[in-house]
Amino acid sequence: MHKLLRQIVKTGMLRSRPCPRRDRARDIHTSPPSLAEELGRALAVRHVDTGSCNGCELEIQALGNAIYNLAAIGVRLVASPRHADILLVTGPVARAMAAPLRATYDAVPAPKRVVALGDCACGCGVYSPNYATVGKVDDVIPVDVAIPGCPPPPETIREAFATLICR
Amino acid sequence: MSFVHPNDGFPMTRGPAVGWARLPGPLPVDHAWVDDASWRALCEQWHAQDGRLITLWGSDERPAGLGFVVHAVFTYADAWHWISLATPGDRPRFSALSDLFPEAARLERALFDLLGISCDARDKRPWLRHEAWGPADFPLRRDFTQAAPVPKEADPYPFVRVQGAGVHEIAVGPVHAGTIEPGHFRFSVVGDEILRLEERLGYTHKGIAKRLEGMGLTDAGRLVGRVCADSTAAYAGAYALAVEAVSACAVPPRGVWLRALLWERERIANHLGDLGALCQDGGLAFGHTQFGLLKERYLQTQARLFGHRYLMDTIVPGGVACDIDSAAISDMERECTALLEATRRLRHIIDDHAGLQERFLGAGRLDRTRARALGAVGLAARASGIHSDLRLLWPSPPYDSLKARICLQEQGDVAARVAVRFDEIEESARLIRVILAEIPQGPVRAPCAPPKGTLGLGAVEGWRGPIVVAITRTPECARHHVHIHDPSWQNWPLLEHAVLLDLVPDFPLINKSFNLAYSGHDQ
Ligand code: SF4
Repeated sequence: MHKLLRQIVKTGMLRSRPCPRRDRARDIHTSPPSLAEELGRALAVRHVDTGSCNGCELEIQALGNAIYNLAAIGVRLVASPRHADILLVTGPVARAMAAPLRATYDAVPAPKRVVALGDCACGCGVYSPNYATVGKVDDVIPVDVAIPGCPPPPETIREAFATLICR
Repeated sequence: MSFVHPNDGFPMTRGPAVGWARLPGPLPVDHAWVDDASWRALCEQWHAQDGRLITLWGSDERPAGLGFVVHAVFTYADAWHWISLATPGDRPRFSALSDLFPEAARLERALFDLLGISCDARDKRPWLRHEAWGPADFPLRRDFTQAAPVPKEADPYPFVRVQGAGVHEIAVGPVHAGTIEPGHFRFSVVGDEILRLEERLGYTHKGIAKRLEGMGLTDAGRLVGRVCADSTAAYAGAYALAVEAVSACAVPPRGVWLRALLWERERIANHLGDLGALCQDGGLAFGHTQFGLLKERYLQTQARLFGHRYLMDTIVPGGVACDIDSAAISDMERECTALLEATRRLRHIIDDHAGLQERFLGAGRLDRTRARALGAVGLAARASGIHSDLRLLWPSPPYDSLKARICLQEQGDVAARVAVRFDEIEESARLIRVILAEIPQGPVRAPCAPPKGTLGLGAVEGWRGPIVVAITRTPECARHHVHIHDPSWQNWPLLEHAVLLDLVPDFPLINKSFNLAYSGHDQ
C-alpha cells in the first residue's frame, strides 16, 4: 500500500486545462449553437462505432486519461443511449451497422445531438461507399457536429466538446 | 498458369511431389501449385507434424483462365509454405481444412461469403455477410457489381442453443457499453456461470479487399494502415514487405532498422494501454490512471518524433517516411529509462495487490494443449506456453542481429497475459536501445519500381501476433489481389474457450486480456 501511495504522491496533481476559447475551435463544424441552452453544461455521451479502424476509439479512450480528463469539463461517457444527450459516432457506416446505429439513435431521448468524430464519420475518409459501406454518418442519421481528423487528436475533440458547453 | 515462377529446383522432399519455388523477400516462403489430392495430403502431413495454419483465402482468377484459386499459408519445419489450388470457375469447391485446423472454420465461411467457393465443412452459416449483401452475391468475384441488390430483411442467424434446467441466454452487442468496436456475444449461462459463449463478428466489414483490387499497389498503403489502427505500423510493414517482394525492391538498412523501431514502439504503446485497461476492469483505478499517463506521454513522443501519435503512414513500400537525428535518439533513450523505471514500480504494486491478483489469477484460463489445438498465435499463445513469435522463429533483418528473446508464461490465464505484456515492454525497450545504439547510417527509403513479380508475402509480428499480407498478380490482365490477415482470426475462438465456467462479470476482464481486433478481423 505504501508503494501505491508513494506513486500517487510522486505523480502529483496535473495542471488542469481551461475551457478553450471559442475562436480556437476553428476546424469544428457545428449546427446552430443552441446546445448549452437545451442540454445544459454537463453532457452525457454515448459512443457508437459503426465501422471505424479503432483509431478514433483510441483517442476517445485517451480523452479519459489524466492529461485530457474530459470529465473535468463536464463530459461523461455513458453505457446506455437512454442516458445520453449526445451520440458520438466513429467510422464510416458499415452496412451491418446501419440498423444498429438507427436503433441507438432512436434510443437517445430528445433533445439530442449527434457528433461525427473523424474523417470517416464526417466524410467517409479512406472508405468510400461500396457494397459493404453505406457512407458517412450523415447518410444515415442527422449530424450536428463534425470533428475531422484521422484520428482527430484528443485536444481537438476536447475543444469541440468544450465549445459546445462554453457557448 | 500465370503465377508460376520458374522452378528453381527446390528439393521435393516434403510430402507429395509438388514443384516448390522460393519467393523473393526476407521470409523463407516456398510456393507451389497443388491439385486436390496433394492439397489434402500436404495439409494432413503438416497437421501431423506440428505445422501451423497462418491464413486461408481465395481469389477470382477466371480472367487468367485459372478459375477460382484457394490459397493457404502454413509454417512447417524451417519454411513458410504457400499452396494454391485452382478450382473450376463454374463449380468452385475445395477440401475443407477445419477438420484438421479448427482455426480455418471461420476463414472457410468467409471464403464462401466473399467468393462463393464452397467446401465440405459442417458449419454453413455466413460469417462476414450479415444482411449487407445477398446469399447469392459474391463481392470478391471480378464480375460483382456494386449495385447488387441489398436484401431488405435480416437473415436469421441460428446460434447454437444450450438446453437444460435453468439455462438462459444473454445477448450482448453489436453496440457495447464501453468505447470498443462492434461485435455480438451470445452467452448461455446458469446463474452467473458461462456454459457457452458464441461470438458473431463481421459487423465492421467494409469491403477492404475489393477496394484494394481497384487501387495501385504503391498507393494503397494509406488504406492498409487504416484497417486496424492499433497495429498500423505492423499492417503497413507487412504490406510494404509484400509490395517489395513483387517489386524486387531492396529497402536500405537504415529503413529496415527504423521499421523495427516503429514496430517495437507500437508494441509498447499497446501494452501500456492494455495494462491500464486491465487494472481498470480488475478494479484498480490507480493503475488505469498511471498507465494512461505513461501511454499518453509515449504517444506524444511519437507525434513529436514521427509525426503521428499512432505512427500512421510512417512505413511505406520502399522504406520509411521518417528519420531520427541524434536529438531524437537521446530523447528516446531517456524515455526508455524513465518508462522502465515506472513500469517496474507499477508491476511491483500490481503483483502485491491482493484484490487485483484475486481477479487475475486463474481467470480465463486456456491451457497449452487446448491453445495449441485451436491454433493460437501471438501474445495469447505465448501466455499459454506456446513458442510463437516471428521475430525469433523466422528473424528477418534487423531481428536476425537484434536477437529478440521470447516472453513465455505457462498458466494461460489473465495473470499470464498481464505478465507477458510486462515482460514484452522490457524486451521491446531493450531492443529499442540496441536499435538506437547500432542503427546504420544512410538513406531510409528506396524507390519502389512498378511490380513485376506475381506473388509476394509479407509478415510482421504485431503486438497481437503475426499480421500477414499476400499479393497475387496476373500481369497479363493487369489485376492483383491483396489478402490481409489479422491474428485475431486465430485468437477470437480462444476467447470462447477461455471463458467457459468463468463468471459473466469476469468476461470484460478476460476479453480485455486478449484484446482482439474487430476491424482487423472483419475488414
Ligand atoms: S478517421 Fe482515421 S482513425 Fe478514425 S476511423 Fe477513419 S481511418 Fe480510422
